[in-house]
Amino acid sequence: MATATAPKFADVKVGDELKPLVLPPISRHQLALYCGGSGDHNPIHVDIDFAKKFGFKDVFAHGMLSMAFLGRLVTSWVPQKQVRGLGTRFTSITWVGDVITVSGKVTGKREKDGEKLVDLEVRCTNQNGQDTLQGSATVALA
Amino acid sequence: MELDKKLIGHEFKPFTATVEAGKIKLFCKAIGEEDPIYSDEAAAKAAGYRGITAPLTFLRALQADDPNKGGLLRLLNVDIGLILHGEQHFEYFAPVVVGDVVTCQEKVVDIYDKKGGALWFVVQEMEMKDQAGKLLAKGRGVTVVRNPDAGKK
Repeated sequence: MATATAPKFADVKVGDELKPLVLPPISRHQLALYCGGSGDHNPIHVDIDFAKKFGFKDVFAHGMLSMAFLGRLVTSWVPQKQVRGLGTRFTSITWVGDVITVSGKVTGKREKDGEKLVDLEVRCTNQNGQDTLQGSATVALA
Repeated sequence: MELDKKLIGHEFKPFTATVEAGKIKLFCKAIGEEDPIYSDEAAAKAAGYRGITAPLTFLRALQADDPNKGGLLRLLNVDIGLILHGEQHFEYFAPVVVGDVVTCQEKVVDIYDKKGGALWFVVQEMEMKDQAGKLLAKGRGVTVVRNPDAGKK
């Protein structure tokens, strides 16, 4: 994916939706890669024996893996250097096999410290329509 | 299990982490990110960055470079199998690029429980500065601890 070309502040309207990102099903392989790539070595995400010992039916995805998907959505819309904030609540567990769709829409436009800012609502939703992450982002536009 | 609210205000020892291209490469493979600004210095510079850029949420991976990693769990005396990530928020002041030597400072800002102590919440704030002392990012995370004693009488 090439670096995004940002929209103009004047062209953006509250309610505008970002092009959703539909991800491949979460695999055990991806969780292993994220374990190594993120430095989060909590075995609950890669070791089914450990996950069962702590009451889970299976391993599950790192919350931060899904938050990275929120980041990918935002930087598919504006270049990363224009992102001022990204935050989320992790609202339900993402299991192996889940198909996550990342979506976002514009919720506000404002000016602060001489910058034109656009606020976004961003979320990850699984194949059952349940939100797994409910977050927000702020970007600066020209 | 009950967490000690006297730990509110606890500041962890600051640590430095050097931003490395190889770590960003593996991180991007894991998250499916293919934009060349995260892998190719020339592409990153052409796009207006100082160098190969760390993805937005890679900052949390930098925190894993803490030589005292796991300090929160030791401080709380909580098993890693009991925690979940409740919330994470970042404010960005400047992109972080390969070669940056980032100093991270974390502290505990709140501890509270819900559902009669069945779930505990530990709120941490983090600041990241570059080698010149310039603020790069602030973070705020909430760790949820599942009380293994919940439901037992």
